[in-house]
Amino acid sequence: MTRDIAVVAFAQTDHRRTTDELSEVEMLMPVLHEVLDRTGLKTADIGFTCSGSSDYLAGRAFSFTLALDGVGAWPPISESHVEMDGAWALYEAWTKLLTGDADTALVYSYGKSSPGSVRDVLTRQLDPYYVAPLWPDSVALAALQAQALIDAGDTDEPALAAVAARSRADATANSHAQLRGSLPQGEYLVRPLRTGDCPPIGDGAAAVVLAAGERARELCERPAWIRGIDHRIEAHSLGVRDLTDSPSTRLAAEKAGAFERPVDTAELHAPFTSQEVVLRKALRLDDSVRVNPSGGALAANPMMAAGLIRIGEAAAGIHRGESDRALAHATSGPCLQQNLVAVLEGDPR
Amino acid sequence: MPEVLKAPLAVEFPFTRSLGPVQSAFLTGLRERVVLGVKAKDGRTLVPPVEYDPVTAEEIRDLVEVAPTGTVTTWAWNHEPRRGQPLDTPFAWVLVRLDGADTALLHALDAPGPDAVHTGMRVRVRWAEERSGAITDIACFEPYDGEPAGPTGHSGEFADAISGIVAFARLDYTYSPGRAQSDYIHALSERRTVGERCPSCRKVYVPPRGACPTCGVATAEHVEVGPRGTVTTFCIVNIKAKNLDIEVPYVYAHIALDGADLALHGRIGGIPYDQVRMGLRVEPVWTEGARYPDHYRPTGEPDAEYDTYKELL
Ligand SMILES: [Zn+2]
Repeated sequence: MTRDIAVVAFAQTDHRRTTDELSEVEMLMPVLHEVLDRTGLKTADIGFTCSGSSDYLAGRAFSFTLALDGVGAWPPISESHVEMDGAWALYEAWTKLLTGDADTALVYSYGKSSPGSVRDVLTRQLDPYYVAPLWPDSVALAALQAQALIDAGDTDEPALAAVAARSRADATANSHAQLRGSLPQGEYLVRPLRTGDCPPIGDGAAAVVLAAGERARELCERPAWIRGIDHRIEAHSLGVRDLTDSPSTRLAAEKAGAFERPVDTAELHAPFTSQEVVLRKALRLDDSVRVNPSGGALAANPMMAAGLIRIGEAAAGIHRGESDRALAHATSGPCLQQNLVAVLEGDPR
Repeated sequence: MPEVLKAPLAVEFPFTRSLGPVQSAFLTGLRERVVLGVKAKDGRTLVPPVEYDPVTAEEIRDLVEVAPTGTVTTWAWNHEPRRGQPLDTPFAWVLVRLDGADTALLHALDAPGPDAVHTGMRVRVRWAEERSGAITDIACFEPYDGEPAGPTGHSGEFADAISGIVAFARLDYTYSPGRAQSDYIHALSERRTVGERCPSCRKVYVPPRGACPTCGVATAEHVEVGPRGTVTTFCIVNIKAKNLDIEVPYVYAHIALDGADLALHGRIGGIPYDQVRMGLRVEPVWTEGARYPDHYRPTGEPDAEYDTYKELL
């Protein structure tokens, strides 16, 4: 049995450098209410709930169970969690809806990076035998990838600065973004990456409602139909990979049907400017495609939510009638280790 | 709004990890100043070596020695080393393809500055003085302009190969409990217990977490509860906890404070452990300067009827 499944609503917080005054559930709950309000659904109407988060970010064990307080999970609901970006929670929910077990799903994710040092926290996801003992931080690894691109002639520092400038200029239209407008490219953080090439560190949350078939049409005037979605991973050793390319992204895009027809918009989860260069190449995006009209992860990069936000932003463009066929991409791990691609379409107008 | 509470929180964890045969040979080799790779199914020599083929996922076990000299394939200048990184002076992160290998190893390169580093430059391993069988047995790489060093002809067999590593990690956080729990902690410092009422189902949560888990809505209305309460259920602790100066056995109980719709937990004192019972009426005992009750003791009131607390179990 195949079913058409759509993103019918999307909501996100304003992403901020710190949210000291809020616990995770206090930060998340307004977004859950907003996304449900958009569809008129109540928690009890939702067939499946799936979330993405990581306890390492804020150093709070089992924080995802506390976050469930914001859903209203009693009496017990059908629920799951991934220790990944919410885009992968959406993938699980999509699978659940495909089986016919549920007609609607609530997907949310959140990250509070402010209590810790995210550059160091992310070293704990690396190979624990050969890499993690060296504590190479997330910016350093992205910088190795950026230098490889420069050496290959795929980009240079001015081109990277242009990606940063375009992203933050586009983010002026996005009230949720953390970095907006004209910002200095700044000093080297880890050369060749400057502060402007790196994403802001911040706290935030996002939520999406999925619905199947006619239910989607009842809940949303113009559902963003998920035509395909797939995720793939690279070899885990950095030195085995060609860091200037992303075959896993290309394969995921192929499986998701991205190359069957051109898209008008692409929301790419490229936390570093250099990673947009890699993704454009892997996805064969030319200048006819609007890339990251939201400003992308260079404007707001709440860990665990920034990938789900790409899907949400792409869907919201379709809901508003600004896009007819969009590609959304999410990534996880160092140097675009794991990649998810979704293709979304609106009904013909 | 009262000030946001904050406290330092250090999370430390020593992971004890066992090694597969290839990882064991590689890390033991570093201890002996020998660098080993593994032959992949496509004929490439992978350094650092892995247990399974990155393309076919087949088990690979064919070890081959490579040189401690090699070529930088990409680099990044790190002018501000962070805790735990290989050098505490500015250095370059490098991926190095060792002579005889087809893939690159991540490590640090000790160089005077970014102008002294480029892709394609020749480097060699600088061994750590004390080596234990870990990736940090390579202290770092250093610039090298000599001939490729020849392998020593090592077989990859070691008499006393290591079988595991202990990987220490420490992450530092600044913990802040959020709005609801901050309010609760502020009130406790005045020896008051303040919960929050759900606007929908009217339940009073103590301690409050900011949301009603049944209704999924924010709680905000403050409700002072207690100080007295009822033991709803309990257990007898017979194992002495590390760093805790309490004589065992003692009783740890769920206590429903008067006016609360959720039981909190606390230690029961002032009564022999084998006389604690469900329904026992208790009150908090504060010690000088404490920010929360040290324990709860019997009030001497008659026990509460089961029906008055059965919904709070
Ligand atoms: Zn309630």
